[in-house]
Amino acid sequence: MVPLSHYLILSAALFAIGMFGALTRRNAIGILMALELMFNAVNLDFVAFSRYLPQTMLQGQIFAIFVITVAAAEAAVGLAIILGLYRNFKTVNVDEINLMKW
Amino acid sequence: MTVTQVVFYVLAAFTVGAAFIVVLATNIVHSAIALVFTFFGVAALYILLDAEFLAAVQVLLYVGGITILLLFAIMLTSRISARGVRILNEQAGISALVVFAIFALMAYANLRVVVPAGPPPPASYATASLGRLLLTTYVLPFEAVSILLLAAMVGAIILARREREKD
Repeated sequence: MVPLSHYLILSAALFAIGMFGALTRRNAIGILMALELMFNAVNLDFVAFSRYLPQTMLQGQIFAIFVITVAAAEAAVGLAIILGLYRNFKTVNVDEINLMKW
Repeated sequence: MTVTQVVFYVLAAFTVGAAFIVVLATNIVHSAIALVFTFFGVAALYILLDAEFLAAVQVLLYVGGITILLLFAIMLTSRISARGVRILNEQAGISALVVFAIFALMAYANLRVVVPAGPPPPASYATASLGRLLLTTYVLPFEAVSILLLAAMVGAIILARREREKD
């Protein structure tokens, strides 16, 4: 059996990669993809805890289902916002969209 | 080293490698394709953790839904043939430093954590009890999240709709 900490470290690695992408990608769609990576890392944590901790009643999996639902809503609204941005600015690079910046 | 451990490490390497491609690929379409492989890797890890229902949901929703949505958005926005364009902003170095520090902190904390004595035996009929929990104990969040989905759907339609008067 794989120890719990290995799952947690894998999840931390996925989260860190996603965080790097969210901080540095210029393409807004790339940032959304990195956000999805971070969601997946957190879900992996929930499911691993739900499997390993004694006396769980599947709460981790329930929470993961809710996280997946919210992630789907986030992706739909986020992509709609990106399409709106593209219509107004003709670009999806977030460092060129600086209308409200000094 | 048992078979489960070998499978876990292979899947972990696969998932992390695909995640690196997602973040670092110069072509955004390659990123989306690598994202599919990451999602599949995570789904396989769910199966390894005895969460079959979540694995199915992961494949249906992420691979089937969100990736298609992302690909449509890519096709509608970016000029795919744009070459030689920077994909990372100028804060890549400092970001890598900070993110690595955070990862090292989390890994250190994980290695020091008190590991529970042993995993309990997997619950039989886990999917059935999952459904029962969703409709009894967690029925209120279940309904709330359905309203959230409805609101998000309406909002996405309104945001993405083209304004007639302007064009």
